[in-house]
Amino acid sequence: MSGSEVVIVGGGVTGLSAGWWLARSGVKVTVLDKFIVGWEASGRNGGGASHYSSPLFDEEQRLWPQMDELLGYPTEHQKERILIAMTERQWEQYRFVAERHKRLDHPVELLDVQQVQEAVPLAGDTCFGGVHYKFGGHANPQRSVQAYAWALQDLGGTIIQHSPVTGFEAAGGKVTAVTTANGSYGCDAVVVAAGPQIPQLMAQLGVTVPLASARAEMIITEPAPMMPIGGVDGHKLYGRQTMRGNLAYGGGPHEWLEVDETGPAARPSTPLARNLARRLAELLPKAAHLNVIRSWAGVIENSPDGRPIIDRLTSPDNVVVASMSSVGFGLSPASGHAIRDLVIDGKCSFADIDILKLSRFAGLAADWREQRGWKPLA
Amino acid sequence: MELNFTGTDVCAVSTGTRSAAEAHYDVVVIGAGPSGVAAALEARQGGASVLLVDENPVPGAAMGNDVPLYFGGRMTAATQNSERMLEAVFMSLPALEQAMEAGVELLLGTCAWGVYRNGPGVQSLPEQVVGLADANRSWLVGFDRIVLATGARDLALAFPGWNQPGVMGAAALQMLLTRYDAFAGRRILILGSHDLALETALLATERGLEVAGLVEVRAAPQGSAVLVAQVAAAGILIRCSAAISSAQGGLDGVEAATLTTGETIACDTICTAVGLVPSIELVDAMHGPRALDPQRGGYVPRGEEAVSAVGLCAGLADTGFDHIEYRMAWVRALASVCAPDTIICQCEDVTRADLIGVQPPNYLTRPAPMCARSLDTLLHDGPANPDQIKRLTRAGMGVCQGRRCRDQVAMLLAIESGQPFGTIPLASHRAPVRPLPMKILADWNEPTEMEAAWDVWFGIPTQWVPVEDIGTPFEDAHRGMLYTGMYE
Repeated sequence: MSGSEVVIVGGGVTGLSAGWWLARSGVKVTVLDKFIVGWEASGRNGGGASHYSSPLFDEEQRLWPQMDELLGYPTEHQKERILIAMTERQWEQYRFVAERHKRLDHPVELLDVQQVQEAVPLAGDTCFGGVHYKFGGHANPQRSVQAYAWALQDLGGTIIQHSPVTGFEAAGGKVTAVTTANGSYGCDAVVVAAGPQIPQLMAQLGVTVPLASARAEMIITEPAPMMPIGGVDGHKLYGRQTMRGNLAYGGGPHEWLEVDETGPAARPSTPLARNLARRLAELLPKAAHLNVIRSWAGVIENSPDGRPIIDRLTSPDNVVVASMSSVGFGLSPASGHAIRDLVIDGKCSFADIDILKLSRFAGLAADWREQRGWKPLA
Repeated sequence: MELNFTGTDVCAVSTGTRSAAEAHYDVVVIGAGPSGVAAALEARQGGASVLLVDENPVPGAAMGNDVPLYFGGRMTAATQNSERMLEAVFMSLPALEQAMEAGVELLLGTCAWGVYRNGPGVQSLPEQVVGLADANRSWLVGFDRIVLATGARDLALAFPGWNQPGVMGAAALQMLLTRYDAFAGRRILILGSHDLALETALLATERGLEVAGLVEVRAAPQGSAVLVAQVAAAGILIRCSAAISSAQGGLDGVEAATLTTGETIACDTICTAVGLVPSIELVDAMHGPRALDPQRGGYVPRGEEAVSAVGLCAGLADTGFDHIEYRMAWVRALASVCAPDTIICQCEDVTRADLIGVQPPNYLTRPAPMCARSLDTLLHDGPANPDQIKRLTRAGMGVCQGRRCRDQVAMLLAIESGQPFGTIPLASHRAPVRPLPMKILADWNEPTEMEAAWDVWFGIPTQWVPVEDIGTPFEDAHRGMLYTGMYE
């Protein structure tokens, strides 16, 4: 496919990684984004990179430690994670998870209270214990997104920002062009990685993609003294200590939204910041005096089973659809590789990703969102 | 795999999940300066229940972070005495007593750190609330109408040596002198010659301080003729067609300033009095409408039915003077004296070269492709956006929440990209708009419904089952252990 043209709809982390992988294979890539790269969920997340439930896990783990070098730009990737249990129930759950990791040959170690305090200087003595994942890690979402974008440009790819995609032109069972308000882009293949806007875009091609979008929030503190491992969470929080030292944490109830073809109307944070601050003060009591200096929210789409959709359509047969269903950032090195394989070879070369096919939702009730309460408040 | 789980998503927020507001007032007024007190009194006399809050006195540690004004570390130890500070605030605002007698509820030492209401992207708030915090805790207060009387804050400007104690803002200096009697300097050099600078010079002289002079980048003094004459009568020299080129200092901060004319002036304080910026942090954090008004000092709230602005928050007095043009003239002049290693963002140590080069912080390596990137290359992708620059360089990401560098970064981006200031978006303000200790911000009395709805992520039973376990007994064990009760 070298020399052919692929248009990618959506300059989030998935679309950019796919574009970078395709450009590495000599494909001429154009990424279209409605605003600025990584402006939605790709730049608004916890930065975790430890998705052991995914068929892309092994590739995620293989690639992250190499990404700075492969891209040529820093991603702030850091290895390993520690989960701290703050209740007896959490301790039971985390030990269950640890057992599962052992069974699946993912290296983990249980930590008692003293070991937690040694490993996590900001932790207190009221925890029940911890689990040290000697795999996985985290990176800086905003820096990583820009790294993909720049690396893609360095390989000759084009990024067109401020250009929302409005539709497609099709002929002979193929999409031949992608249209935006600012012009039309001819193509041999298309990747639709437009997050919450995927259902509306794919509907134009007669394809139903069941996704529901919700808002989630995080808080950020001023820098804390650096901990040996930054990927510390637990207590039903996700987050990390950044390489600057800030504590960035999220979790808690989400709010389902309707998102139209123009994307999320707004990304407001709420007083949930107070509930996050409470749990973070419990998780890391020696940081409780630190100032919280920001909060923010992002809008994330989920598929009905919470797993990504990465699939090449049969009609039109030159379209790959990719929604990462709220686990996109960490998996991005691997998802881009899988998308590249589907575009060029029609098949993923490194993992069986049939579980990510769109067809698994064929029998889904039309009112699936209502059935499970994945609808906005009336 | 079972896709059709039924039942309500208990991890979705509903109106019962959140903490209720502790109180509700017809009107909440933020800021107890003259305009805020007047607004509170008027509302109270109209029969409304009124809460009036003012963040002053802020804790000593917060003043050290230049909250709410650019104090530049020139406070005396007296500012650490919270009782004395509280008394000073009360005494400095005689109208407070009248407001209290009229039935206005008054809370001093209480900041407003966020305003929240339902709208695009959120429908789960039981009512519109303002988040408040004092030195001990935070809480929410509901309102029908909110009046922002948050005043205006100092515009800080970078030059070589500005990142040391003794470089401060005019509003901060005035507050330390008139309200707290807690200014630690003796001899002041003032940057600017518009009314703000002239008034500051006269005030400092009146308080027995030495004013080493004013420095004006333009060819003539900018303020009203009356003030210019008063300053001249006080024997204070205005050096025109000059800018500061560097500040020298020692352990206690500033000791001298050198001007672009080559002259060196001894001083322990350099007071930047080039402009005040309306304090619209709350408006921005609640995504309220605002508009750029160069004659009124910058972006000012446009106002809404439930949200209004009074006093300096609504804009500086319009005398026909174009504040933006004036500031841009200063930034252009200072940009030419700034070295590549001059710090622009003090919190995050971002230099001018790294800002314009969109380079990452020093704790990251800079491989060759990274070094080849710059604002210039970024502009090929679209117009400059301070939030994007912030993500890449960390300028504005520090504990001062951008109060010291937000405005000058926007001005520098305008200059470097050759665009008018008004085309550069403002970097976001986000709640909490004041730095708040985690344990203060924390909701220690949240309803049990919050804990019941809390999951680390979406609570989707199938999301975290390892692929290897699907269809095995481990799948059920996984759901049983991690998702009990979340879905039927």
